[in-house]
Amino acid sequence: MTIDERVDNPSGARQGETPTARSTQGWFSRILGSDHLWAIAAIAGLLCINLIKDPGYLSVTYSSNTGAFVGNLVDIARAMAPLLMIATGMCLVIATRGIDLSVGSMMAVAGAIAMEYLSNANAPASIGAASVAILLAVVLCAGLGAINGVLISVVGLQPFITTLVMMLAGRGLAKVITEGQNTTAVNEQYRWVANGYVLGVPVVFLTSVAIAVLIALIIRRSALGMMIESIGINAEASRLAGLNRRALLITVYTVGAFLAGIAGIFSTGTVMTVDVSQTGYQFELDAILAVVIGGTSLAGGKFSLAGAAIGALLIATLDKTVVFLGVPASATPAFKAAVIIVLYIAQSRRFRSWVARATRPGGQDVGEVVAS
Amino acid sequence: MTPAPIVEMHGISITFPGVKALDAVDFRLLPGEVHALMGENGAGKSTLIKALTGVYPIDAGAIIIDGEQRRLHGTADAQAAGISVVYQEVNLCPNLTIGENVMLGHEIRGRPFGINWKATHRGAQAALAKLGLEHLDTRLPLSSISLAMQQLVAISRAMVTDSKVLILDEPTSSLDAPEVERLFGVIRRLRDQGVAILFVAHFLDQVYEVSDRITVLRNGQFVGEYPTAELDRTELIAKMIGKELALLRSIDAERMHIRADHHEQPMLAATGLGRTGAIAPTDLEVYRGEVVGFAGLLGSGRTELARLLYGADKADAGTIEFEGHKVSLNSPAAGLSHRIAYSSENRRDEGVIADLTVRENLVLAVQARRGWMRPLPKREQNQIVEQYIAKLGIRPADPEIPVKNLSGGNQQKVLLGRWLATQPEMLILDEPTRGIDVGAKAEIQSAVVELSDAGVAVVYISSEIDEVVRLSDRVAILKDRRKIEEIDVGPDTTTATVVRIIAGESAT
Amino acid sequence: MSATRTLESTEPVEPAGTAAAQDSQPSPLKRYAARHRDATSTGAALLIFIAMLIYGQVTYGSIVQYSTISNLLINNTHLVILAVGLTFVILTGGIDLSVGAVIAFTSVAGVMLAQAGWNPYLVVVIMVLIGSSIGLVSACLIEFFGMQPFIATLSMMFLARGLASTLTTAPERLDPESPIKKISHQWKIVDGEKVNDLIVTPAVLIAATVVVVGLFLIHRTRFGRTVYAVGGSEPSADLMGLPVRSTKLWVYVISGTLAAIGGIVYTSRLGSAQNITGIGWELDAIAAVVIGGTLLTGGSGSIIGSVIGAFVLGLMNVLITRDGGVRPEMTTIITGGILFVFVLLQRAIKGRRG
Repeated sequence: MTIDERVDNPSGARQGETPTARSTQGWFSRILGSDHLWAIAAIAGLLCINLIKDPGYLSVTYSSNTGAFVGNLVDIARAMAPLLMIATGMCLVIATRGIDLSVGSMMAVAGAIAMEYLSNANAPASIGAASVAILLAVVLCAGLGAINGVLISVVGLQPFITTLVMMLAGRGLAKVITEGQNTTAVNEQYRWVANGYVLGVPVVFLTSVAIAVLIALIIRRSALGMMIESIGINAEASRLAGLNRRALLITVYTVGAFLAGIAGIFSTGTVMTVDVSQTGYQFELDAILAVVIGGTSLAGGKFSLAGAAIGALLIATLDKTVVFLGVPASATPAFKAAVIIVLYIAQSRRFRSWVARATRPGGQDVGEVVAS
Repeated sequence: MTPAPIVEMHGISITFPGVKALDAVDFRLLPGEVHALMGENGAGKSTLIKALTGVYPIDAGAIIIDGEQRRLHGTADAQAAGISVVYQEVNLCPNLTIGENVMLGHEIRGRPFGINWKATHRGAQAALAKLGLEHLDTRLPLSSISLAMQQLVAISRAMVTDSKVLILDEPTSSLDAPEVERLFGVIRRLRDQGVAILFVAHFLDQVYEVSDRITVLRNGQFVGEYPTAELDRTELIAKMIGKELALLRSIDAERMHIRADHHEQPMLAATGLGRTGAIAPTDLEVYRGEVVGFAGLLGSGRTELARLLYGADKADAGTIEFEGHKVSLNSPAAGLSHRIAYSSENRRDEGVIADLTVRENLVLAVQARRGWMRPLPKREQNQIVEQYIAKLGIRPADPEIPVKNLSGGNQQKVLLGRWLATQPEMLILDEPTRGIDVGAKAEIQSAVVELSDAGVAVVYISSEIDEVVRLSDRVAILKDRRKIEEIDVGPDTTTATVVRIIAGESAT
Repeated sequence: MSATRTLESTEPVEPAGTAAAQDSQPSPLKRYAARHRDATSTGAALLIFIAMLIYGQVTYGSIVQYSTISNLLINNTHLVILAVGLTFVILTGGIDLSVGAVIAFTSVAGVMLAQAGWNPYLVVVIMVLIGSSIGLVSACLIEFFGMQPFIATLSMMFLARGLASTLTTAPERLDPESPIKKISHQWKIVDGEKVNDLIVTPAVLIAATVVVVGLFLIHRTRFGRTVYAVGGSEPSADLMGLPVRSTKLWVYVISGTLAAIGGIVYTSRLGSAQNITGIGWELDAIAAVVIGGTLLTGGSGSIIGSVIGAFVLGLMNVLITRDGGVRPEMTTIITGGILFVFVLLQRAIKGRRG
């Protein structure tokens, strides 16, 4: 809440968001201002770098041996799946002016319970065992998410600290479930979820996109989207307007954890092993970045699920690019940081107003007024 | 004999993208005077103040302080030039002590090392004593004293810097009568010490009581500067609002004469309704098609009672019967489901959702009642949106812009529209006309009259008692967190009647 | 936001309207409580620390003795230093996630420079400067490009961690004769029976100095008071003419600098550095600050509290090791649990304030 908004505001036009204000900006800055342009440009840029190193990078071929498409783009699509799941959940959580640091640990919990169940089940190879394992994983995660939601909405703890506690406890819980071991199991059906193909396309990609689209549809076609934004912008005013903030928050954290559970199944399914200290490790940070890259503010309110998906794609592409370029994987974070910083600066008002000034000499400096 | 002005502003212009907020405005302030800056919302009062305090850079014109032309680049610059501001919403840090707030940035440093807290608190004590506040314990946290006292602390802070100019931006809007008196005492005291005071307020009585001269702005332009004694109220209003004066007069004359029939069953009957620390157990009946006013000072319990009637707060005593059935209002959603609507006095924090569009703000409560599963079809949304934008005259009439881009008055209309869209049987309006311009005030008041004509029960709360008396059929008078009296408004009921009741009780 | 808080907190005052109600003096006890409201959560942390000491002494024995206390001090110097730095940031309502990675980067870079034959004193200075500059970059991203502190320091965390990894992924050993090792030279203050000695290292003194300087900055300088004011209400602080911007810049520089000092101290004790050093330490430090009673929303808390918080965490590790029966995988759950208890406690003390 800036001072500008508290004292009477002739028309609010200095926010630079009314149609009149926008029309006075140069065409160039208007393009620069579009929502996802920079993230998409960054993805394109990364792919270009790869193309320079290997002109055949983008080619996708059909392998008749495995009955699947193979290629770098397919790899990126697979890598994106778990991230897309938790970024979708994180986007909703952040829209309520919250944050969920525990999703990475939730992934480990999901993987741990699924692997532990499969390795001890009576008929570990059956489709029934796979279903039960998956069900157990998502239900347990959703339960933990609901606990987060209750602590935040009913007890009134801060989301940051609540989910930080859950992050520590969740990682511990995963270790308790497997007794500290990295449990391995064999189950073709479970593995298929992460490694299989339908019509040559990775199942994991199809599933994740389908779930993300389904959630986006539910959120946007129902009134949930508006309600989530409303409580994220002004919780008390929303309560007085009759919204049930508690139920909404619990729902959102539960959904976020549920999606983290699915992400955990994806991650453990590829290798059929849960690494209790590494599965989902720091995934919450990637998810938060994806959401922020997608244009949703950490301050809550207006959110973009499409943006979060683009952000997830950007991070997956970046991960794969770094590996492709032969940089040690442990150095990947530095590249992430570089991309985020460049993106953020490019999107910042200050940068835009510099550009606006450069392209439209003598123009009014929107940024200065806002900054003051 | 006119002393040399301490502040002179010539031809000040400030343009925001798309709006000329100030257009060649002249202004001067003399030492030892109280100068009222008048104008409707959007007239440019706040912008002028922000220009003088360096918050906004000026596009054209000159600011001369103490005979010297200055370029101000922020509050710190303005303070250095001897200009201090106290805003409507107290801008202090509630987490720090009173003394720290007074002395922040001016702490006394020295032996043994760093800040000398003893000396600093002594300094704060001295600054408070100048305003007659020597009894305050400077080591208590600021949040432990009332908002009114905090405002006085904010003024003390301004005096620590030996300001020559003190700007008070709507200092009285959240104070009750004795608190205003106390503030005025302080203002006069400072004026006699030679401080130039710039005063902004919406209440004409207060302006006439305390100010020496008046400058009027309208639509970002300078209208004129007048000695207060030579400008009568009607003239002042005319200068502030221009041609809208006739509208104001017509509302003033308007009195509905539809009486609710008290023999029928009340729409809402509260028995012994109360909440510890908020309002003592209270009986209240509200009938269909009736306007019940709540009159009382700030903190009298008027807002607290209203919140219980809606379910915004949970009552811990008493019962509510709605249309003959006992109901439990334990959440706003419950109130809403019984077709009760409550528009909060705090528009910014408890009213509009700033970043949502006008459309979303209008349909929010309707949607909340339907639940998230049943989104309101676009067609019905458009119907609601078009209906209330037209009916309430919301400007600009574009439903897709964020509501934060609207003026205060129009935000209030959106809020009213939100509640009307739920088709309430009982509507509680808490300070619906605070801080908005005369035109919007008149429109909201006529909407209230229309509603009660249509059979809606309205509870109307305002700190302007004449407004309550003018609109209500019955007035519940509250004091010290209890209802002390209920009167039917007759032809000879006036503001004075209500004020006498409030005052009379305190004598016993 | 500030206005909301003000309104809420003034709500329960005696029936308003009568000025006399304001003038009446509360009882001395009430006044004392009102004056020192912030100290209650720090006091709670201290009480719990003492309770843990007593519990440990009674259950496992040999906790309250020179050697254990010395180890507690020596092993937690870096955490104390980090927590002091984070206290500044959190008091303004910000957060710094980069401190753990800053430790990794500065210590790897420092050790490699020292191995390359650079003057060790120069190396120490360079390490500190690296930390300060990383803090400065975070601060600039936040202040000049409007990045949220969480994201800005998260990217600096990634950057520093990534840079450390590009330097090396293997442990880099410090020459045992290097003067940097001297920072962890053990001075026997009290020569007790057997190994029960009171030992102090220069690192402990460095940490103590950091705490004292931190206390001075926060309580006895205008900068420190501005830190609190910004955390209480940033718009208000700005309108009061306080240097909000430079203060917010400085807290991140302080945090980065102290992270680097923590890195030096830790490297000297361990004698080696690795790119994975300090993973998750930002969370430990945040936990220490929160346990010490500082609100994550800013404006309330203390350095002393954070120091106690760091020792609570340290002592917890000692007790878990001593117990032996606690499975290692339970450690994080216990840390989480303790943090949770403290947050609930603060919640109870502060009442229902968003």
